[in-house]
Amino acid sequence: MNTNEILSECNKIFIDQLDNPAIALKRETTAATVDEWDSLTHIQLVVAVEKHFKIRFTTAEIQGFINVGAMCDTIEAKLNSK
Amino acid sequence: MDFKQIKVILKKDFTGFKKVKVAILADSSTQYLTQAIRGIGYNRKLDIEVWEAEYDAIDLVISGYQLYDFKPDFTIIFLSVQKLRTKFYKSDSSQDFAESILAYLKNISSIISSNIKTNFLIINFPDILDPVFGNYSGKVISSFSYQQKKINLNLMHWAQSDTSISLIDLCGLHAMHGNANTIDARLYISSDSVFSLDFTINMANNIVQVIDTYTGRSKKCLILDLDNTLWGGIIGDDGLENIRIGDLGIGKAFTEIQLWAKALKDRGIVLAVCSKNDEANAREPFDKHPDMLLRAEDITVFVANWSNKHDNIKYIQSVLNIGFDSMVFIDDSSFERNMVRTYLPEVNVPELPDDPAEYLAFLNGLNLFETNAYTKEDKERTQLYKAEVLRNEAIKEYTSEADFLKSLDMVCEVEPFTSFTIPRVAQLTQRSNQFNLLTKRYTEEDVKRMTEDYAKYHTFSFALADKYGSHGLVGIIILEKKDDKIMFIDTWIMSCRVLKRGLEQFVLNEIMQFAKHHKFEKVIGEYIETKKNGMVRDHYKNLGFTPHGKLWYCNTMNYESKKCHIKKSDKL
Repeated sequence: MNTNEILSECNKIFIDQLDNPAIALKRETTAATVDEWDSLTHIQLVVAVEKHFKIRFTTAEIQGFINVGAMCDTIEAKLNSK
Repeated sequence: MDFKQIKVILKKDFTGFKKVKVAILADSSTQYLTQAIRGIGYNRKLDIEVWEAEYDAIDLVISGYQLYDFKPDFTIIFLSVQKLRTKFYKSDSSQDFAESILAYLKNISSIISSNIKTNFLIINFPDILDPVFGNYSGKVISSFSYQQKKINLNLMHWAQSDTSISLIDLCGLHAMHGNANTIDARLYISSDSVFSLDFTINMANNIVQVIDTYTGRSKKCLILDLDNTLWGGIIGDDGLENIRIGDLGIGKAFTEIQLWAKALKDRGIVLAVCSKNDEANAREPFDKHPDMLLRAEDITVFVANWSNKHDNIKYIQSVLNIGFDSMVFIDDSSFERNMVRTYLPEVNVPELPDDPAEYLAFLNGLNLFETNAYTKEDKERTQLYKAEVLRNEAIKEYTSEADFLKSLDMVCEVEPFTSFTIPRVAQLTQRSNQFNLLTKRYTEEDVKRMTEDYAKYHTFSFALADKYGSHGLVGIIILEKKDDKIMFIDTWIMSCRVLKRGLEQFVLNEIMQFAKHHKFEKVIGEYIETKKNGMVRDHYKNLGFTPHGKLWYCNTMNYESKKCHIKKSDKL
């Protein structure tokens, strides 16, 4: 799975979890620019992403996601090392 | 259910649901729990407003005013086992740790109680393998594992002696789901939430189940199918010797279900059978099979015929005179389950796994019969309902109702509430929906307070017996003194088991006699309509009260005792 595919899968997860079909994630997207993406829903999103890709982030990784792109890179690295 | 669904539910319309206020005091982050409790409440038609205390600031919160302004019906105190462990390893006297935690909790509850009236829901502590002593911890009083288990036991002792305390058995729930599925250590490290999102929902569900027992919607009756539900195989085809029960085939799975049903019966859940069978075939195992744990006398209503199950359940409901929403129906056939769900949506019809071996674990997980009291009446309920079935047969022999009532030799014991009756009284205020004029719900604490407030209240309990047996405590009255001349009927509740016995007349005679004796001029009653108490809409009118706006008046001076066939007990 390449980076774009991962981004598009994440977009589906965000739409589903946040119940907002208007979400269009880019690599630069941050929590500040998406309504309803706050510290509370962040955990919910992370858990949903983990379940979907069958991966597990470390606490440091979760805290280090500065934007969607950073998260997608981590996902890609984890999928490749499987 | 997952957290996404909770979020969707939170956007729904809660209007018309019963309002309940819940405060959470915790030493960990509880935002998810807060949302989950409100979301789960929606499915039970509860509009739960949750007030979250500032995080990890219990001591501050109880000395402030916000909690007391909120006036929660329920106050959850949730100390996490993670924080407990930290506290333990920092404490100087680990031998007395359990006592100190209990003292801390008691102090919190007593400070809150001195400000507001609330029910406490105290969450106990999940077991963990001792991180320092391992299995040896049981031999060491100063081990964490020993002290943690001691706290849980002490919590139970506390709850047994203090009616305002209820426990949430997080330890049991945690064991059911297993550590791997409950803890997300990353969540704890990064956001101080102790449980995974999925388990938080399970925990919220458990809490809401306990809250819901205070709304008068507890389950009273378990209706069981027979073939492939209480035993393996089909009695009509396989015959008595070949049904699977006990050691035969997968019989053990059904033995477990029977054992569970029997224990529920002993706790006060009425058992009924609803089966598509010839009645003689269906009854045979109960009378003759050596491995059957359930016997004919355990079943209060036995229905076996070829009619629709929903019609048979309607019949069972009419015999027992309880609400459909207090019934649980268990059947292995998804066709029958769906039929009953369609025609009787209020009856609780749990799904069942395909494999009978999994029935019991699955049903236990649902915690269908949560309760908030356990009284003498509960233990004797099957007996009480059985006597009722005998009465219903006897009534057919009499042509006039008066003759039948006379033949019953009814005797009624009347007394103010006592420490023995207060639990049952509180239970009646919480569970009675139909013969309940004002539907005021009281906790044991409330009832105790009113019972002891002689200047303001006068209480009566009515225990009725007849030649078939005792009905137990079936009526309660709480009179509130408004001024020197007026008594207000704050609570008039009667069990539906004793309708049409003339007990209303007997009770009114007692009230009026009391009021007259104490020189009150008027007794005032009021009816407030709910979805379920339509049967007493004309209660005061029928008893000869005169309407004044929304109230009903009865003068003591010209009151003439109503005729009834109940004798007051000589005992008092």
